[in-house]
Amino acid sequence: MNKFQKNRSGIKSWLNPWGYGIERIAYWLMRITGIGLLIYFIIHIYETSSILDGKAAWNKMLELTQTTEGHIILMIVIGMSTFHAINGIRIMLGHGGIGVGKPGRPDYPYLPKSQNMKNKLCIYAAIGLAALAMLYGAEIMFSE
Amino acid sequence: MFKESVVMKIHYSTALGSVALVAIHIMFRLTQNFHDSLQFDNVLINYSILSYSILLESILILISIHGFNGLRIILLELNQGKIYENIVTYGCLASMIVLITYGSRTILMTSMGMI
Amino acid sequence: MAAVKSNEDNKSNFRNKTLPTVLFKIARFNPVTDLRMKFIDYKVEYENWSTVLDALLMIKHKIDPSLALRYSCRQASCGSCGMMINGKPRLACFTKINEVKSDVIRIEPMNNFPIIRDLAVDLTKMFRNHKKLKPYIIRSDSEIPDFSTSKEFLQDPDSIEQYIQFANCIKCGLCNSVCPTMATDSSFIGPQALTQAYRYVSDNRDKGKKTRLKIIDDKHGIWRCHFAGSCSKVCPKGVDPAMAIQFLRGYLLGFR
Repeated sequence: MNKFQKNRSGIKSWLNPWGYGIERIAYWLMRITGIGLLIYFIIHIYETSSILDGKAAWNKMLELTQTTEGHIILMIVIGMSTFHAINGIRIMLGHGGIGVGKPGRPDYPYLPKSQNMKNKLCIYAAIGLAALAMLYGAEIMFSE
Repeated sequence: MFKESVVMKIHYSTALGSVALVAIHIMFRLTQNFHDSLQFDNVLINYSILSYSILLESILILISIHGFNGLRIILLELNQGKIYENIVTYGCLASMIVLITYGSRTILMTSMGMI
Repeated sequence: MAAVKSNEDNKSNFRNKTLPTVLFKIARFNPVTDLRMKFIDYKVEYENWSTVLDALLMIKHKIDPSLALRYSCRQASCGSCGMMINGKPRLACFTKINEVKSDVIRIEPMNNFPIIRDLAVDLTKMFRNHKKLKPYIIRSDSEIPDFSTSKEFLQDPDSIEQYIQFANCIKCGLCNSVCPTMATDSSFIGPQALTQAYRYVSDNRDKGKKTRLKIIDDKHGIWRCHFAGSCSKVCPKGVDPAMAIQFLRGYLLGFR
């Protein structure tokens, strides 16, 4: 069976979140921020290990990271972790069946109750708070 | 090895634990001027506080478990097959152990003053 | 007094009316003869009430009889005519051409299902997963083993409300087609089957909860749903699979 016959939408279905509402965008952001945070975490463990090589090595590492580019990366990390944490809590509650509505006879045009305003507001709040956290981080890092 | 529901319960609890502990970790950066808090001597003082070292070790373990299990989930969804799935599962487990060991070495040696 | 139009006048007006046209770009693929999918253009006239299925059948009957598609009831009850309409999975019989709001309509087979030919896809795997989750009432006793001793399994209206929404599933496969996990994970059970598992788990006559939870507690089971909710967005019957899946997972997490 060739790929045309298999007809799987494949990874492009992960990468293109448009057309199915903010929930699908949240799914996409959750994946991207998750991968990004894991990469940052590994780098962070590596960079902090330079403390074992003494003051000179630590200061050299600081010189590398405490730059404008370093601060921008840290800002992005702050935004990613804020979004990942808040949206993660929303998803966890949802996974337990909390805040996904109550079953009942659906009426046309069949707006899904699981995609309710509470969930949408949570996602918008996660994006908004991530932006605020990034600004706060920028203010602290760049004002010094 | 484990039922998937057990793995996912671990995934959720490590997530909640990390959120709480990372918040404390970040607050430590804000107890003084951000730039000063990163200076060698100040960082050493942080490490010398036992409770802070325990906090760092806990964050290391929690995020490593959560992060590498997250990666395992993504990779399992990306491709299938018994050999591939075993490589992904054990590969993520091994990477997690390596990262925890590497990070723990920094925390232990620094907190015990072995620099 | 206004003159009453005769039937003949009406008929002649109807004949002279210029109908709007729409360009259909239809994916054609025969796995036996073709190596890749190609798109063929068909220009068709349509009425206000024409559905995409009406147009496809018109194409098949009057322009190109070789076009393969599956359909049956023409009223969103059988779940046969699922396909990608301008990139989104929809039922052709439940989508009016007017609704699409485009002069060009791109028709492709439903994603994540193997193609049999053109727009007809193979639903075997979806039905296999559906069967795997035992879509029936599981009990040790029976309603009709012996008419003299048995009685009906009673159910009050409130209990019906717990699952009736999920019982509306017509197994069209649109949810599986849009699910991002189904797009890459060929072993994933899928939103359709998981929803049907919850439909029976939430039925107060059923005693098969443990059996079904055991089946879905797998590395390609319910945990591979990440609550993206696209399945609920495209469901033509308001089943809301995302809700059912989260409720079902609630049992495994101890929330229910």
